[in-house]
Amino acid sequence: MSVLSEAGLPDYRAPSPAVAERFRRLKERPVVLEVEHLGREFSSNGGHVTALRDISFRVHRREFLCVIGPSGCGKSTFIRLVAGLDQPTSGRLLLDGKEVHGPSPDRGMVFQGYTLFPWLTVTRNVMFGLEMVGMDRTQAQSEALQWIELVGLTRFKDAYPAQLSGGMKQRTAIARALAPNPRVLLMDEPFGALDAQTRAQMQAHLLEIWRNVDVTILFITHDLDEAILLADRILVLKAHPGEVNELIEVPVPRPRTPAQSSTPEFLATRRRLDELIHPRLETPHEKLPIVRLTQVGDDVE
Amino acid sequence: MPRSRWFAIGKELSPPARRTLTFLSFLLPLVLWSAVSYVPWLWHPLVRVTAPGDVAWFQPGLLVERAVFAGENQKILATPGGRAAEGVRANPVFLPAPHEVARAFWTAFNTKPILRGELWLHESLALSIKTIFWGFFISSLVGVPLGILCGAYAPISRLAEPVIDFVRYMPAPAFGALAVAVLGIYDAPKVAIIVIGTFFQQVLVIANTVRRHDPGLVEAAQTLGARRRQLLLRVIVPSCIVDLYNDQRILLGWAWTYLIVAEVVGVSSGITFFINQQAKYRNFENVYAAIIIIGLIGLATDQALAFLGQGLFPWKSGRPSRLHVFFGQLFASRDVPLFPAKPKSPPQP
Repeated sequence: MSVLSEAGLPDYRAPSPAVAERFRRLKERPVVLEVEHLGREFSSNGGHVTALRDISFRVHRREFLCVIGPSGCGKSTFIRLVAGLDQPTSGRLLLDGKEVHGPSPDRGMVFQGYTLFPWLTVTRNVMFGLEMVGMDRTQAQSEALQWIELVGLTRFKDAYPAQLSGGMKQRTAIARALAPNPRVLLMDEPFGALDAQTRAQMQAHLLEIWRNVDVTILFITHDLDEAILLADRILVLKAHPGEVNELIEVPVPRPRTPAQSSTPEFLATRRRLDELIHPRLETPHEKLPIVRLTQVGDDVE
Repeated sequence: MPRSRWFAIGKELSPPARRTLTFLSFLLPLVLWSAVSYVPWLWHPLVRVTAPGDVAWFQPGLLVERAVFAGENQKILATPGGRAAEGVRANPVFLPAPHEVARAFWTAFNTKPILRGELWLHESLALSIKTIFWGFFISSLVGVPLGILCGAYAPISRLAEPVIDFVRYMPAPAFGALAVAVLGIYDAPKVAIIVIGTFFQQVLVIANTVRRHDPGLVEAAQTLGARRRQLLLRVIVPSCIVDLYNDQRILLGWAWTYLIVAEVVGVSSGITFFINQQAKYRNFENVYAAIIIIGLIGLATDQALAFLGQGLFPWKSGRPSRLHVFFGQLFASRDVPLFPAKPKSPPQP
């Protein structure tokens, strides 16, 4: 971080009046997900490892919350706990004020590895959750087709997942997770495997879907720019053990576009995240012990 | 094609090259067999006597070893006026020439059985195929569901697999006498041997395949609300169905290997009886023909199943299959009839 930009940036904790007003209204909305002192320990033959300790926060209705942290901070463990795919060793989860255990369609999940059912077409994949809650097939199909239209895959409704590109697979996965009308949509680094261009498209798609659907999103990422672009608030975890470092309210106004990435609010938030995720090391640049293996005069720079 | 392209690791060959090699794979053994049969100085350890000369015990058509033939002739030629025996070099009777076996393919089906009550070749084959079918069907009826349960649920696996692993090492033919004592001497013990030979392997193979399912898909289904039975029937089984189908193809091949021992249990029957009987009559060309017919039936069944598989699993081949569309339409308007889902009021968006 250069001295020049450090001097010119506003405080990330002082949003504009419009953004502050938006956060005030957001916090007036009912709490959908409440995490209370959540902890997870793993015991192996090597001893106890505390993956997560005492995580507490609240997510309001239709909030977009990103979770970031350095690698190994337990982001994935955390979202698996929320999804019910793993059991916490302490603390509890409240959804709409009721304690929840185990996986359920009220917490839909989008995985990094797509996990579409390869033997089902796009339509049948999206119908899966609807059929599981007992909807009859014709109704499930018509409802699934609406979701497929929402993610823009109508042309591919009869294709099998193997015939789709990464971005299309992830859109199918989003439609599949949204179809049973979850209260919270959990997304575990959903765009991590996509190339930069597709990822930018998917981020725009996701914001568009989120605006039009009554759903609260909990989004895990390791990409700081992605977190600032998408989130209302960013939950920053720290590693060993995974604990809440800070809950940042993103001061960047909505609607968000990639063009905002050079605004002062964006840069200020970005700098704060950088400080939290990549604390300055004592030895800033370790010199690699490389001997010269090319001929004299054969330079590339 | 340069040599490096033929022997590149993990690279598939062009379709013409593949066809050529498949053809050669059958042609080369045939060429070798023809060479040994038709080229007189290759092997041919015996002499077929054409004219016995003065050797008292020689007859036309008799096969004797070359050393014996030479020795007898030497003895005859040593006596004055003795006529030497004549003969041509020949292969043993158990190695008929290709054209004899080829002819046997035709004659074996047309030759009236020698004894009354014996079966024609096609009847023997039908009996064998029936034995295989019932053996494999009964084995699969129990083995496949049990294997799937073992693969999906650890308690069932821990309960069933140790004893199955133990029994698996007992050779199926060892149960022959027992099977006859319990089930009589006709078809039932033969089917039982095939069941015993197939079933225990089947459970373990199927369980192993099911155990390799992608846990990510199960978790995804759980977050979509799938419960125990739905997870098993709607996620785990479909996710392994292609591998299970291929397992069944391989296991069917194993069932065929148990056929020969099964058919000598009790009253010998089927293709094995035909083979043994023809060997007794020293019609070895018929024996070869029968063995090759078994091979052809096996190969044809496997290829037919592979072809059928392409139609059954369109997500693997990527092209829509008429078969799949047909079944899709058949079940389109109703729930899967065996496992109706409980009707619930659907949540409105």
